[in-house]
Amino acid sequence: MTNPHGSDQPRPYADPYLAGVALGLVLLAAFVLTGRGLGASGAFATVASTVVNAASSTTAQGNPFFADHRDAGGVWSDWLVIELAGLCIGAFLSARFANRVRLEVERGAHTTVRGRLGAAAAGGAVMGVGAVLARGCTSGQALTGGALLSVGSWIFIAGAFASAYAVARMRRRAWS
Amino acid sequence: MIAPWWETGALSPPGVLVAGLFVGIAFGACLERAGLGSAKKLIGQFTLKDMAVFKVMFTAIVTAMLGVFWLSRVGVLDLDKVYLPETFVLPQLAGGVIFGVGFALAGLCPGTSCVAAATGRGDGLAVVLGMLAGVLATGLALPTFQEFFVSTAKGGFTLSQAFGVTDGAVVFAIVALALVGFAVTSRIERWASRTST
Repeated sequence: MTNPHGSDQPRPYADPYLAGVALGLVLLAAFVLTGRGLGASGAFATVASTVVNAASSTTAQGNPFFADHRDAGGVWSDWLVIELAGLCIGAFLSARFANRVRLEVERGAHTTVRGRLGAAAAGGAVMGVGAVLARGCTSGQALTGGALLSVGSWIFIAGAFASAYAVARMRRRAWS
Repeated sequence: MIAPWWETGALSPPGVLVAGLFVGIAFGACLERAGLGSAKKLIGQFTLKDMAVFKVMFTAIVTAMLGVFWLSRVGVLDLDKVYLPETFVLPQLAGGVIFGVGFALAGLCPGTSCVAAATGRGDGLAVVLGMLAGVLATGLALPTFQEFFVSTAKGGFTLSQAFGVTDGAVVFAIVALALVGFAVTSRIERWASRTST
């Protein structure tokens, strides 16, 4: 792949505060344009609910979670999927311009590729359970609900940070 | 009140979907620029060496929160028409704790796993697939714990309502806490980098 900057080195990441302000303005734009914030896990729920519907519409209709995403979602279930597709496009373009696109599996020096992929998939599945229970993830609850002062969102933030620290302490070696 | 545009009818259904695409592109670019598509960088938050997750997240929350607060104050944004995520105390506490376990295992959250996957990282793709399986399985199992799922429902419930103070007071407190948090995390980063190799 050719490099727009004429160097093989990936460019350094942005300042976290600057990136945070930009992210906050994107979230604010979502509020002003649509009256809703950002989301990620909601799009996963829409995809899952489409899969269940395709497999068996009676199962989907008898299930409060999937029926909800199918009927009450309306334009918002589509919106979240399009927004997440946009997220992938934006992430790719940004990484491409900064020479950061790499086909790789990121892992610690003492972790095998298979070990890392297993932990990643397991972690994803556990987050899926948590996101359904919490009605959202780091985007829909922490960022969106956090900015709107929602009690449940701040409870989610506190719970997630507390348990992540506890587990990460036990798994320090995996990344050393 | 001239916003939210979707609620005032200024945006048509196709228009709002186009807006979603561009909001998503900007969202993904911000996360990638900040380095949050990298599990190695995210895990620094939990080994205390790189607090970028905390700094990016809380700067974003404070920026959007101040924007919403002031836009509604000056009469541009109608807060009653902005969807407030509903509060379910116990399910969201349990959900948060479970989510955090997965977050630490994966090193990526749902949004950042898509960033990682879109920029070529196989571990990001593994998180995306795991997440999809987790949502699917939990959704299918939901009828077995439906009672807990809808328990302790408070509806749209803000911190200002919970503490019986004004929105302005809560906004001020969160800004103050974030500023203290930024100062403390920067010190912790320096300390953690010194004490370990």
